[in-house]
Amino acid sequence: MTRPPSPLSMRPRPIWVLFGLVTFAVLVAPLPGAAGAATREIALDATQFEFAPGRVHVNRGDRVVITLTASDVVHGFYLDGYGLERRVEPGITEQIAFTADKPGKFRFRCAVSCGPLHPFMIGELIVERNTPYWRAVGVVLVAAAGMLVHLWQSGKTRSSQEVINGTG
Amino acid sequence: MLNEGRFDLLARAPLLKRMLQARAFQPALMLATLAVFTLAILTGLAGTPAGSRNFGIIFVWIVWWALLIVVLVPFFGRFWCTVCPVPAPGEWLQRRAIVQRGPARPWTRGLRWSRRLKNMWLQNLGFLGVAVFSTIILTRPNVSALVLLGFLLAGVVLSALYKNRVFCRYVCPVGGFIGLYSLLSPVELRVADPDVCADHKTKDCITGNEAGYGCPWMVFPGNLTRNVYCGLCFECLKTCPKNNIVLNLRPFGSDLMVAKERRLDEAYKAFIMLGCALLYSVVLLGPWGWLKGWANMESLPHWGLYALGFVAFNLALLPGFFWLAVWGARRMTPARQPMRRLFVDYAYTLIPLGLAAWIAFSVGFVLVNGSYALSVLSDPFGWGWNLFGTADAAWTPLGATLIPFLQVGILTAGLLLALNTAYKIARQHHAHHRPAFLAALPVSGFALITTLGFLRLYLG
Ligand code: SF4
Ligand code: SF4
Ligand SMILES: [Cu+2]
Repeated sequence: MTRPPSPLSMRPRPIWVLFGLVTFAVLVAPLPGAAGAATREIALDATQFEFAPGRVHVNRGDRVVITLTASDVVHGFYLDGYGLERRVEPGITEQIAFTADKPGKFRFRCAVSCGPLHPFMIGELIVERNTPYWRAVGVVLVAAAGMLVHLWQSGKTRSSQEVINGTG
Repeated sequence: MLNEGRFDLLARAPLLKRMLQARAFQPALMLATLAVFTLAILTGLAGTPAGSRNFGIIFVWIVWWALLIVVLVPFFGRFWCTVCPVPAPGEWLQRRAIVQRGPARPWTRGLRWSRRLKNMWLQNLGFLGVAVFSTIILTRPNVSALVLLGFLLAGVVLSALYKNRVFCRYVCPVGGFIGLYSLLSPVELRVADPDVCADHKTKDCITGNEAGYGCPWMVFPGNLTRNVYCGLCFECLKTCPKNNIVLNLRPFGSDLMVAKERRLDEAYKAFIMLGCALLYSVVLLGPWGWLKGWANMESLPHWGLYALGFVAFNLALLPGFFWLAVWGARRMTPARQPMRRLFVDYAYTLIPLGLAAWIAFSVGFVLVNGSYALSVLSDPFGWGWNLFGTADAAWTPLGATLIPFLQVGILTAGLLLALNTAYKIARQHHAHHRPAFLAALPVSGFALITTLGFLRLYLG
């Protein structure tokens, strides 16, 4: 079994350059945006221990107006990524308005201790196109493909012993 | 062969060796953790029922949990077992000593542990048993405290009945998964030269001598090839008169390749851990209130359904899908090993995947709720104390924008290690590259789909 030259003296194989480029493309390529911006009014009700609706979809650029109510005890609303926070008491309606200018999934969480499952009182705001998600899927697929190519190439010339011990 | 490609830590760091050899090392750390553990039980029983204001909940399920799953298990293997307070009272009663070596015969009935229980099945069932109640345990300080107390008492009772740390080795549900995931850790305790052990008549590491006790985990260091059952208590480092014990640094995941010790109980541990990470991500971090209600025992029939589904998913559904993948792998190649052998072997692919999933899941709530630790430190019982002036620290979710990126990175790393493992395991069954590569594909696909499932839950 001949030893391959040290990685430092090797010129990068074209295949790895290709994977690098694909990963880069997955991370920065402009993905098609969602439909034009609009104003979205959302009625959101908080009860122990859920928000209804639990998943809210808006488009990037939308003006989002949330009408927040609580129908049992005092709850709160904290939106990840946007840092918005509000307290809501039963019987009093709160309005939260913001522009959904960041794409992705953002959890909203109860921000006022309201009972045992309070830390898990979580809803989801999805700002479409959810580009971070699709990029993450892309990264995982490219990484997996890269690993398979690496295993295919590096395994061809090595004995099982060498593969298992990571030598050769 | 043994210790090849290893970095002998103790030879390079004599100070570390002296410290680990000191008889006071382990009890000192255990006393410290026992103090925190006792406080967690007391606050849980006597403190406020509001979990986020209770030291018991926050320090066990956020601070300790994060430390365990993000730092200790992936990087130091079973080091938690070195310092764990749970077996301490039982072990000290058994030995009638804490630091110096006590009277020759330990105080215990010395019953024999049933052969049929010398495996991980009790730990598997125990973990599932705790898991179906976890929504209650995680959020009710008094229930949580009773569970911790139950662990402690079980440790004492088993120490009184049986020799050694039977509780840690065969019963503790936490010990089970720490052991499984310690296969991955870059630290290992081994012997420098197995031949020295083979020639050593008295085998002090088993019998004990004036310097220390025989291995409390019922392990013979001379045979160690994996981390699973060595509790890193360092007794053998103290007792071995031949200076044959070493502590090595090594590549991540080395133990996954030790083929002859793979077993069905450990494979199931891998399924259960992966399955629970997935289900917890759905139930606790998901947006489905009704499901939280079921898990929260708001009605007993609903909880019953939930528990049934939970157990069925872990014991039947997930292993069933995996079985199909392995069946596909078997069809793909001419060499036909027994199905059971392949099923058990390939299940070790899920160990890196499962640990990554647990870290990603934990990152999802630990950072966001970490700030509670400040306030409960000043007011552990929630009685209005303010010991360090931090009692009124507001809830400040940390890293909310960073979390998804961390999760993607961790899951990707776990997947890559899993793919690598699948191929290597396949090469253990096939001398040649091509059939091995093909045989690894279905299992790799399973790992990829699982990872995409987690992405969907966390980012989609
Ligand atoms: S006492 Fe040391 S040399 Fe003897 S069998 Fe145990 S580890 Fe090996
Ligand atoms: S092998 Fe050594 S360090 Fe491991 S549990 Fe036994 S005595 Fe402790
Ligand atoms: Cu609430």
